[in-house]
Formats: sequence, C-alpha cells, structure tokens
Amino acid sequence: MSETAEHTGHHIDVKQFHPRAQAAIHNPKIRKNFRSAMDGLMSKRKTAFEGWDLETLRDLGANVRLRALANLPDLLEQLEKKLTENGIKVHWAVDGDEACRIVRDICKARDAKTVIKGKSMVSEEMELNHYLEEQGIEALESDLGEYIVQLADETPSHIIMPAIHKNTGEISQLLHDKTGTDLSNDVEYLTASARLQLREKFMNADVGVSGVNFAVAETGTLCLVENEGNGRMTTTVPKCHIAVTGIEKVVPSMEDVSALLALLTRSATGQHITTYFNMISGPRKAEELDGPEEVHLVLVDNGRSSIYQDDELLDTLRCIRCGACMNHCPVYTRVGGHAYGTTYPGPIGKILMPHLIGLDEGRHLPSASSLCGACGEVCPVKIPIPDLLVRLRQESVDGDKLHPAKVRGHGAKRSSMEAMIWKGWAWMHASPGIYRFGTGAASKFRVLQPSKAGAWTDYRTAPKLAAKTLHQRMKERGQ
Amino acid sequence: MVDPIKVYPSKPAKVYFYGTCLVDMFYPDAGIAGVELLEREGIEVLFPQDQTCCGQPAYTSGYHDQARSVAKAQLDLFPGDWPIVVPSGSCGGMIRKHYPDLFKDTPDEVKAAEVAGRVWELTDFLLNVCHIKLEDLGEPTTVAMHTSCSARREMGVAEVGPKLLGQLKNVNLVEQIRPEECCGFGGTFAVRHPEISGAMVSEKVDTLVDTGAKEFVTTDCGCLMNIAGYAEKNQKPVSGQHILSFLWARTQGKGGQ
Repeated sequence: MSETAEHTGHHIDVKQFHPRAQAAIHNPKIRKNFRSAMDGLMSKRKTAFEGWDLETLRDLGANVRLRALANLPDLLEQLEKKLTENGIKVHWAVDGDEACRIVRDICKARDAKTVIKGKSMVSEEMELNHYLEEQGIEALESDLGEYIVQLADETPSHIIMPAIHKNTGEISQLLHDKTGTDLSNDVEYLTASARLQLREKFMNADVGVSGVNFAVAETGTLCLVENEGNGRMTTTVPKCHIAVTGIEKVVPSMEDVSALLALLTRSATGQHITTYFNMISGPRKAEELDGPEEVHLVLVDNGRSSIYQDDELLDTLRCIRCGACMNHCPVYTRVGGHAYGTTYPGPIGKILMPHLIGLDEGRHLPSASSLCGACGEVCPVKIPIPDLLVRLRQESVDGDKLHPAKVRGHGAKRSSMEAMIWKGWAWMHASPGIYRFGTGAASKFRVLQPSKAGAWTDYRTAPKLAAKTLHQRMKERGQ
Repeated sequence: MVDPIKVYPSKPAKVYFYGTCLVDMFYPDAGIAGVELLEREGIEVLFPQDQTCCGQPAYTSGYHDQARSVAKAQLDLFPGDWPIVVPSGSCGGMIRKHYPDLFKDTPDEVKAAEVAGRVWELTDFLLNVCHIKLEDLGEPTTVAMHTSCSARREMGVAEVGPKLLGQLKNVNLVEQIRPEECCGFGGTFAVRHPEISGAMVSEKVDTLVDTGAKEFVTTDCGCLMNIAGYAEKNQKPVSGQHILSFLWARTQGKGGQ
C-alpha cells in the first residue's frame, strides 16, 4: 500500500482464497447463515423496486456517477473550496497509512484518548482501528454489526451487514462472553443491551469518526445514510468529527443525491428510505447548542487515481457501496465474505481489490466467478462487473498483445504450461481441417474416453462423446 | 448488457447454423433437432463445415490473443446476409456481445460487428422470427426448465423457453426456486473452482428435484452437462436434455417438410 507499512492490523493472505472458500463450503452454519440472509435481501430488494421503472432509474444512477467521475478533479477542488468555506477542514491522503496518520494527528492535537466510530468501509481499508490502538487511542465501533465484529476480533463479512455471517445465537453468546449480557434469542433485548453499552461511550468519546456516502461539491455537504442513529451520534456528540471517504464519492449537486439515495437504500436493504439521513455542512456555529466544534474530511486515494487513468476500469469507481452484487452473487452466497480475505468481498471486491492490493496478491479474485452476470444485472449504477472481471483475467495472465496489461501486479497468474495449452487449443480451433480430424477421431475412438476428467468428475459424470459429430451428421445429410 | 431493443428480422429463406463445439462433440442430437425444427418451418439450413468454436473458453480465461485467432477463423463462414442461429445462449452471447469488443481497433472490426448483429439464439429465433406453432404429440409429462445465465442476461431470452413449452398442451412446466441462479458451470470456472461450482450445482439439482419433475430442459449444453452430470453421479432422480431435442421429440412427424 505504501512504501512504509506502519501498522499491521489483520494479516490475511488473500492468495489463500481456495482453502478458505473450501472450509466455508463445508461449514453448514456459514452456508445456512448466508443462504437465508441473501435470500431475504434479494426478496426485499425486489419488493422495494416494485412499481418503479428500475431500468430508467438505473440508467439515471449510472449517468449521475459517470458525470461526476468525468469531472472528478474539478469537483474535488470545488468540494474542498466549499467545505473550507463551511468550516470543514479538508485533508488529502494518498493511501491508507497516510490517512491513518492524519486521523492520529488530529486526535493527538486534541489529546484524544477515545474515538467512537460510525460505519466506514474506507476506515476498514485503512485498518484504522488497529492503527489507533497501536497509538494508544481506543477506537470503538458503534454500528451494531461492526460492534459485534469488533467484539469477535473479526473483519466485516459484508459491506452493509458486517456481522451477517453470525446468527442470533452466536451473537448472544458473544455479547454474553464479552459484555456479560444475558443469553437470549430476543433480538430486541440484545440490541438494547448493546445500545446501553454504547450510549456511555458516545458521551465520553473525544472524537467521532464516520464515513461518507455522498460528498456534494456544490454545497459542501457530507451525506451519511444509516439506520441506527449511531451515525448521527458519532457526528454530533463528540467535540470533534472526522469523516473519511474515498475520492470517488463526490457528486456535483444535491439533485444527484436523490437518484443515488433512492437506488442505494432499495438495492442495499430493500428500504424505501433509511431511518436516518444526515447532511453535515459544518461544525457548530456560535449560536448553536449542539454539534462538534471541529469537522474534518479525509479524502483517501488508495489506488483510486490509478483506476481513474483507464477508461474501462474507471467504471469500478461508479460504485455506491450498496452490496447488492454480493447479495445476488451465487459464489458469495456459498463461500461468505471472509473467504475472500479482502476488505471488500464479493463481485465488487473482485474488481476493486486488485487495484488496492495489486493483481499479484489478488490473482485468484477475478477467476472466482462463473460470470453469471447477476451482479451486473442488479448493480444500481450499471457497473459492467462481468466485463471488468474478464478484463482483469486478461491482465492477470498478460493475455492480450493488442491491449497491454496496466494493473499493478499484472501477469502474476500466467503459467507457461497454461499458456502453451491455450496456444495449442487456438491452433487446433483456428484450423478447421485439423479440428474436424481431431473431433472425428475422438468420436470414433470414444470407447477410450476416460471416465475421469480432473476436478470435473469429482462432482459429475464426464460428458459422453457422441458416436458422430454434428459436422459428420450434417455432411451425411448433404449440408 | 442486453440490447435495449431487439429488432427481429422477417422470416428468411435460409439461415446459417452455428452448432457450437459442445453440441458438435457431445450433443449432436440437439443440433440435429434444431436443424429439423428450422427445416419444418420451411427454412433452408446452411452449415459451414469450417466452423469450430466461438473462442469463449480462451476469452473468459483471459487469453484474448488465442480467443481472437479462433474467433477470426469463424468470421468468414457467413458470407451471405442470412441470420446466424446458435443453439446456445452462451456461444451466441460470445459472438453477439463480445466479438465487437474483441475485434475493436483491428482490421476485422467492421466484419465482427456485422456478424455479431446477425446472431440469434435458436429458440428465440423459432419463437419470434419463425413464429413457430408447436403441436404436442407426446404423453402428458412434467418438466422444469433451466435457462442459462447467458441466455437470460446476454441474449435476453428468458421468456422464450417457457413460451415454447407453453405451446405444448400435454407438458406441465413447473418452476424451481431461484430459477435465475447460476448452475455453477461457468466454463473453466467449474474446474478452476471445483468446490464452489460443486456447491452451486448441488443446490441447483436439489431445487429441480424438489419440483417433482423427473426431467428438465435447458438452452445450453454447458449447463446440461453440469446439472445432468451431477444428478447422474449422485443418483438424483432428474435427467436433462436440450430444449431443442425436447421440442422436436414432442412434435415429431407433424408439419410439412
């Protein structure tokens, strides 16, 4: 990520995708938790869009994001100017480590000892919690899912529902072990118990750290979408609020937010609107009673600028982090979020993470898809995820001389053996006579066909060669 | 993405038949059934003997140079301006959707786009270009249908299969839960990630068995060899065939040739 990795955090070897995926597949609890959760989310999304012209709305969402990205440098400058006018201090971070240092410096300047956090995937990218802990600053997650994950010393398994891999019983046990809450299957009770624990923390926290869903350039407003009220508490109760976000989150105007918000909440959780929608436009004014004295925004690049350089890969940055792609992904549903070993799991993770960690480290991510297209079909901003997966597959094997690979760590998956097999395959299939001879001979000697065919026949019987090929039968018919 | 608006041609005198390599080697009966159905509609079928494979396996594996060389060998097979019909959403989608990208900025760009624009998934062509009317001559039966992801999402023909089956008066079509979910084939995905693919196909087979149908039909031979192969190996009480084989068998002997 940077020349000097200052902190460690969770060390997960992304390359070990296969063993993790295999373990998840053979874990009935994981399978059941994800299957039932994803089924529920898919059905809620479907219901939420009933009566809407979804394709038109998705076109609108895609265009809003495309227009914003087309003017990204200008919009970021405008955003900085407006935020500064509003009294919000803007910081720029080239990567996660720099962003962590910026947050630390703000905390140190205020002699802050405790930080309360609202949900922020960019802070997960930064591994901010571990960094602050190493710096002697307590960082506590206040989003219920994040709180659970933090208590369990895990990472989020979903970008919207971080603890979706756990069922009520597991959560109850965890709260019992870590906070002394009575064991219960009553979700209301468990939530109330967590709320009680967190309330005190809100009151005493020196700094609140949150994410941002949309940063509006025209007005200098930071929009935050949430359901639990913890986002509002995080951004208003402590005397200092630090928002962290990726540089792609900027949109030109408030008008753009309405379309994206309509798409975001319905795509994510099937809600028409979230319980809270916060618009933060500056610190407490002299005549106001509430709100933080200081507000900061840390704009994090962390690989985004390099994505921005490529016209096709650029589409990756349209993402509004709704998670619909993972909810509809048959692979994610089977292996769960932790198998990926990345901050962002599922389809969006497969196209985003290679830019953040390098295609060498993330070499297995683009191939872990059947290219079924469900992700692209539901994406509210029409990111052509399957096409980008194919692009990254090509980059990971340096497979296209006409379009030389660009992504950091490209070519790491290329093996001379596999390349040779594809060359042989291409030679045969680009030579019709040889193809007809080969397939004809295979049919003729089909009794010699082995009954085992590698991993295919671990689960299935081998397909049976026909007695005559279609070519031969058509020729016999005179065609 | 699916074309926003599909403009079907009027029914032509001839079509080019692009059989696909899986049909060629493993399921030629499905190919012949497709040819018979077209001929019964009064269409002359041209089968270029030099056809091999659309290039998709190399394309989705990232070996685009190799995919391009194989795809290039297909481009000259269709000199007339007749439609090109394909008994597969997957191979059809490769040509229709991905050839233009694969040949962009090459000397074959125009030809590739022209060929791509003439490609039709065969059941879609039978229903919406030939306006086929099927007369069911079979015994009452119950079937389920699995539409491939590429037929559904790249070729946009998810409604076609059920409509065709709906014309068969003795066929009771039942729907499995999560019909739109991938069966786990995904070409080389099935061998690169066998456990994940295996988990996907096992659930697909379970949902098909749960419908009570003893048989399923599908638009694509990749899905067929995956689903039927899993069911066979694990002795699940469901078998499969290509929808074209099924339609031909149900209606055989009727109509003018």
